[in-house]
Amino acid sequence: MLKLRDVSLERGERKLFAGLATEIEPGRLHLATGGNGTGKTSLLKLMAGLLEPDAGQVLWEDEDLAASDGSWRREVLLLSHKGGFKLDLTPIENLQLAQALAGGEPWLAADAACARLGLADHNDRPCRDLSAGQRRRLGLARLLLNRARLWLLDEPFANLDSAGRGLLLELLEEHLTSGGGAVVTSHVDIDWPGPAAARIELEPAS
Amino acid sequence: MMLEGCGSLLRHELRLGWRRPHEVITPAGFALVVVTMFSFARGSGSDGLAELGPGVVWTAALLSMVIAVENMYSADHEDGTLELLLLSPAALPLLILAKTTARWLWGAGPLLLAAPVLGWMLGMPTASLPLLLVSLLLGTPTLYLLGAFGASLLVGQRQGAALVALLVLPLGIPVLIFASSMLELHAAGMDIVAPAYYLGALLVLALTFLPLATATALASNAAD
Repeated sequence: MLKLRDVSLERGERKLFAGLATEIEPGRLHLATGGNGTGKTSLLKLMAGLLEPDAGQVLWEDEDLAASDGSWRREVLLLSHKGGFKLDLTPIENLQLAQALAGGEPWLAADAACARLGLADHNDRPCRDLSAGQRRRLGLARLLLNRARLWLLDEPFANLDSAGRGLLLELLEEHLTSGGGAVVTSHVDIDWPGPAAARIELEPAS
Repeated sequence: MMLEGCGSLLRHELRLGWRRPHEVITPAGFALVVVTMFSFARGSGSDGLAELGPGVVWTAALLSMVIAVENMYSADHEDGTLELLLLSPAALPLLILAKTTARWLWGAGPLLLAAPVLGWMLGMPTASLPLLLVSLLLGTPTLYLLGAFGASLLVGQRQGAALVALLVLPLGIPVLIFASSMLELHAAGMDIVAPAYYLGALLVLALTFLPLATATALASNAAD
């Protein structure tokens, strides 16, 4: 679904990676690993079309993102470590905006997505009252709002308790078995129960 | 789909203002303070105040705009909302327009309501108060579009408000000139059509080009 062709990326003076080539296939978990500062987050932003590569191409269904009309935006969902939530609004209000902005085919309603992530008791309270782990779960609820084909998840297991990690693994498995694709960054190993994950190793910048 | 995202964003931003009334009131409160200080500094019973009135109200409007728009994208950048906007299939300039509309409603709305009182405090003749409102209605949207552009240039930078002010205030001068000349001409009993048309033209220009420029600036500034 998504291909990187000899992609290089520099941030400021620093070369993060060069000549990176990989293909994201549906139904398989792709794990981007590497230490702090190796460019895992930048890689996801590149795949989401938020950053442009300094060299090489990012292709969605064999179409260069730089030349595309933007149709990939409906199918690709990036979940970064920033949740994208206003702390003064309730989880439902925040999710409703995320759903409207994400486009694509709507899936679960905001309250159903909240319930699935175990946040049903917090529907009417501002997000300010949520703990770090609950905010993380609220971020994950965005996965259920629209049917995106490719999930790009930046350190999704951070701040989650073991029940939350189990839930995320379950969601990932469901997504992959229904023909979706996923790229997950992690600086630690995760216990992936499904078929072997493909690895994208990022080396420390030279 | 394109417009649905915009409607939701507008509702979201207005609701956000409703939940943070102190932030919403700040710009108009600031304008009120500026005008009050001016009328005190000028002393009582002074003649010159009435002629200066329009200029003072307009300068207060310009300054309060900076306060209203200064953090409109940097806050979104910090909490990640900006990524949602940039990654949305909806057209970014339209989303920007929706956000700016909400800021204008919250920032300039109370000012428009208070404008007759401000004009009265400065001793402006009652007959010119409706025209003051018209000039604010025509001119402040342009200022907010300019302000949104300035705020987008400084996303991810540390020094927010002061730099936005330095960038944007000079760009607001044409609006200031035409709005004040509208009121001056009216006070002198002359035709006000020419400056009114210029104000309208500036608004149309701003509506057409500034959201595009803001979108470009956001897309290149906000990725990191």
